Amino acid sequence: MSSTEKAKLTVLVVDDDPDFRLQQELTLKAAGYQVVTAANRAQAEAVIAANTPDAMIADLMMEEADDGFILCYMAKKKDPKMPVILATSVAGERGIEFDATTDEEKSWIKADVLLAKPVRAEQVLGELERLFKE
Amino acid sequence: MLTLHVLGVDDELGMRHGLERALAAYQADIPDIGDEVNFDISLAETGEQAVEIIKAQAPDILLLDYKLPGINGLEVLDQTAASAEDMLTIMITAYASIETAISATKQGVYDFLPKPFTPADLKHTVRKAATRIILARRARELEQENKRVRFDFIRVLGHELKAPLSSISSYLYLFQDHALGETLKDYDNISERCLTRLEQMRKLIADLLDMTRIESGQKSRSISTVDLCAAVERAVDLIKVEADSRNIQVKTEVPADCSMAGDSTEIDMILNNLVSNAVKYNRPDGQVNISLTRDGTCITLRVADTGIGMTPEEADKLFGEFVRIRNEKTQDILGSGLGLSILKKLSALYNGDISVESKADKGSTFTVRLHDASLATENERDDSRAENR
Repeated sequence: MSSTEKAKLTVLVVDDDPDFRLQQELTLKAAGYQVVTAANRAQAEAVIAANTPDAMIADLMMEEADDGFILCYMAKKKDPKMPVILATSVAGERGIEFDATTDEEKSWIKADVLLAKPVRAEQVLGELERLFKE
Repeated sequence: MLTLHVLGVDDELGMRHGLERALAAYQADIPDIGDEVNFDISLAETGEQAVEIIKAQAPDILLLDYKLPGINGLEVLDQTAASAEDMLTIMITAYASIETAISATKQGVYDFLPKPFTPADLKHTVRKAATRIILARRARELEQENKRVRFDFIRVLGHELKAPLSSISSYLYLFQDHALGETLKDYDNISERCLTRLEQMRKLIADLLDMTRIESGQKSRSISTVDLCAAVERAVDLIKVEADSRNIQVKTEVPADCSMAGDSTEIDMILNNLVSNAVKYNRPDGQVNISLTRDGTCITLRVADTGIGMTPEEADKLFGEFVRIRNEKTQDILGSGLGLSILKKLSALYNGDISVESKADKGSTFTVRLHDASLATENERDDSRAENR
């Protein structure tokens, strides 16, 4: 994807951790994307409702443990083709393991990709580019 | 109301009836524990029968005749030792020889009831056993609760220590991948954030050590006359840069020559905690008012801010460990979540307390009341700590 193409795309970053938001914002902007950030589910819902984002990167656990799942569901309902990435440290911290690869998992986790935190910039950019091409 | 199960074992019919009559309608009032106990009684005629019942379901209290037609009382205990660890046994016997008493006690018999006994004797002995059972249960519950609290504390602490670490490693990845550009200037923003998160972690560890020292009582105190005017001035000086940067005015109202007996490190800690909170949680161009008054032996310290304030629900939770009010207004403010919990423990050292009045978006006023520390109170504190052990 060329940088002019990327400049037309807006990525919504949702996380209650200000550092994660800043990291993603800087990474995505440096790669040429437009970025909107939200610190909680309510803010993110408003952004999704206004049709702003072309893709979303969301944290799983914010005020509620399942905020990220709900946001993924809402984003996909608005636009089933919207690339959605769920980033979480839940697997490492709580020993809960899940992924969004099998059909069964995909039936309830409405994210295209699950990334374990901390995430690398090239991981996020690579996944986004791949999903935008699909 | 609590029900304890009693098994009465005696070969005499009259005796069994007597036990049943006395205990069936008995409600033992145990004021120390604030609970009433009643008894659900079952009976056995022989030792063999008793063993069978105990193995199926051990009673809380066993009233056991020593002399039985088949196996005797001691053999009953011998055969059921493994299946009835929590059972308290009261041995009923007419011929309490020293030898019997010794071997019975060795087998864990709790008490003896010599024949003949009155219903009042029986009730008294059973009541004593019931009290012991309930106290043992309470102690076990308390131990469980302590374990749970400790586990929760460590779990939350682990999370609080890991959060800045993963944040910092994510920032370092950006450096490593040159993700933001090829000049150092592109990274100014994030090096600043790394330092902030490290500072937060350092503060958390420092607070944690302070708290542990205060809690364990190992913090050595040196009590002297602390000049409170100077102490307030020190606290204001320490926060001046941060206050100025957000144009927050800090005003003090301290009577001249105001002092108290205390440990100056502790007094500094109390003041620094309160004053830095009042600045941290304030709005730009806000105000902080620090006032100190002395009424006899009681010193009242008030720190009022014009900051983000709290709802009553938030204020209720405030003094717990690792409680940070998490909302949009606090997300960019660093805190360990231990500061107020430390303040509470510190004010307790001065026989004092801490309270808060707050209105969301208007501000909060923290009030700390302290009493002069003296060598006498210091000793009392040691005594009470010894008792708590």
